[in-house]
Amino acid sequence: MTSQTKQKTIIEPPSGALFPDLKEVWRYRDLLMLLSWRDISVRFRQSVIGYGWAIARPLLTAMIYTLVFSIFVKVDTSPIPYVIFAFSGLIPWMYFASSLSLVTGSVVSGGAMLTKVYFPRLVLPLSTMAVGLVEVILQMVVLGLLMCWYQYVPGWPILCLPLFLLITLLTTLAFGIWLTALNVKYRDVGMAVPFLIQTWMYLCPIIYSSSAVPERFRMIYGLNPMVGVIEGFRWCLIGTDPPNWGMMAVSMIMTILVLVASLVYFRKVENTFADII
Amino acid sequence: MATAIQIESLSKRYRLGLTHAGSIRELANQFVGRLVGKRSAAPDESSGDTTASGDNSFWALKDINFSVFEGDTLAVIGRNGAGKSTLLKILSRITSPTTGHVELFGRVASLLEVGTGFHPELTGRENLYLNGTILGMTRSEVRRQLDPIVDFAGVEKFIDTPVKRYSSGMKVRLGFAIAAHLEPEILIVDEVLAVGDLDFQKKCLGKMDDVSKSGRTIIFVSHNMAAVSQLCRTGIVLNAGTADGVVPISEAIDLYMRQSSEMDRDGCFVAGEVDQDGHIAKIQLRQDERDVTTVRHDQAFDLQFSVGTAPQLQNLRLSIAVCDRFQQKIFTAVTPVEPASGPQGDHTIQKTLRVRGRFLMPGRYSIIAGLLDSQSQILDHHRFVCPFQIENVGDDPLLSGGGNYGLVFGEHQWLEAS
Repeated sequence: MTSQTKQKTIIEPPSGALFPDLKEVWRYRDLLMLLSWRDISVRFRQSVIGYGWAIARPLLTAMIYTLVFSIFVKVDTSPIPYVIFAFSGLIPWMYFASSLSLVTGSVVSGGAMLTKVYFPRLVLPLSTMAVGLVEVILQMVVLGLLMCWYQYVPGWPILCLPLFLLITLLTTLAFGIWLTALNVKYRDVGMAVPFLIQTWMYLCPIIYSSSAVPERFRMIYGLNPMVGVIEGFRWCLIGTDPPNWGMMAVSMIMTILVLVASLVYFRKVENTFADII
Repeated sequence: MATAIQIESLSKRYRLGLTHAGSIRELANQFVGRLVGKRSAAPDESSGDTTASGDNSFWALKDINFSVFEGDTLAVIGRNGAGKSTLLKILSRITSPTTGHVELFGRVASLLEVGTGFHPELTGRENLYLNGTILGMTRSEVRRQLDPIVDFAGVEKFIDTPVKRYSSGMKVRLGFAIAAHLEPEILIVDEVLAVGDLDFQKKCLGKMDDVSKSGRTIIFVSHNMAAVSQLCRTGIVLNAGTADGVVPISEAIDLYMRQSSEMDRDGCFVAGEVDQDGHIAKIQLRQDERDVTTVRHDQAFDLQFSVGTAPQLQNLRLSIAVCDRFQQKIFTAVTPVEPASGPQGDHTIQKTLRVRGRFLMPGRYSIIAGLLDSQSQILDHHRFVCPFQIENVGDDPLLSGGGNYGLVFGEHQWLEAS
């Protein structure tokens, strides 16, 4: 083999590139998949009902919400059964909430690997994203069963579901990448995330419908990217009234802005991870 | 010969102090500084911060230049903190340099740890795929190498058992087996052989030797000079972040030995303040009734041990060994030490060992000395101290070629044909 045909690696001080090298991430897709598979397969090892937990948790949560908000407080969501209403909002939210805390810790918990071998650092937050997806799929199946039980037929908007799933992923990624990079240097972030998620939930239309938000606050409400995601999800799954598209647009723009900013920030600090972790 | 690795003016600076977490005050200062527009000029700061002062930074590597040819086996040696790990981390792209330029030609695999990314809940087989991929193999390559790897590691029976049930030795064996089957063109190995039992270490060295014989380039970091000299053809010695260049391995080892013995004066060892009774106070090299630092190879020399004793310490033994530059013992000697009371309650006793001339080959040596009590409990112990040089003087017919002639002048005679 001559040196022309050989792979050439150049090591230099960090360049001023604005974005992480996504092509390189693609070259490492085998690693990405294996790490995801590792996290998925160890998630429920040595537990008796295993992936049953993925279904039990949102289902039980939805039931408790139903008990509290439909029977005690009497939030009106007719004609949709409250349990379906809550469950369809909980699917994207629980994915977002659990993935966000996993992704935030991903770089720090991958520290042992990070300091011993090179791979694009973005692989760590990306691989964590896949873990929750398996749960989402299982939950969709349960939602389908619930719909059968209540004899509720979704309309054509269900075709848009993959789109909103993608937006859910992007939103999680946007905040996750940003928080995981910050968490390497400031562990305060890891402490703050559970609290952040708890508060955030009340700012999302999960237990209530966004129509409960006064009209003039809708645009400001939409600044929360998860509002667009959950509204979209619910519209696809149970065909409520079409969402407020203006509010949706504000949410989408927020997601894209945060995603771009987080990629730039990640790129800026990823070279220093191994030194400061 | 083609170049495999080219390194030009490579430097790495670390910030001292709390680099892993900035304090609130520091952050606030930084922020206010930015608002005021006082941009401090430090775009090259490794941690990406904008606060930099010359005082609290540390150059782990400074202006390193060298190249490695294809098929070469290079040892990186140096004392702790000399910058070996930093160099390896830069070459493996784990951390990025502050300045400089490195080019690597060919597929690189670096092994800074065995079993990176092992997950205790996964089985041996699953971890094998995972670890192989982390180290840069594709899944199909792992599948192809599966049997040889499992064979090499000797864990056939346990391959479908979670790794958390493995003994630590098994984990190490599996980890190294994967790395050994990477088939990269450039292999970067840190001191991973320090773990594992002796047999396995030998097996690993053998495997690495095979790798280098097949024309691949190896960079090997180790403190084990015997392993280094066995495996590597060339070496580079790092000293406080600087290096002189690539030299043949024997020269590199000599250089390293001289460096590491700078702390003690050659030919002499003086223990620091000792408050215990039984101790080795001093070792002195002597030849021709004089204290010396270097001895001629063709004349006898003495090693004079000063041992501090006390009347209640009976049946002491002084046990010493002379070691070569690879820190391997060449011979051992033992002598009883009977406490004697000198004038003014001075209980120091001198013991002198005479080594005859033309016994040890020219080279560098050091001493291991231990003081044992009657129950063979160690009272005092010093390893690789009192380094000294045996110089080749005169024109010994045996040493004319300047090559490696072994450790000692063997006692022998040629028989005449009858």
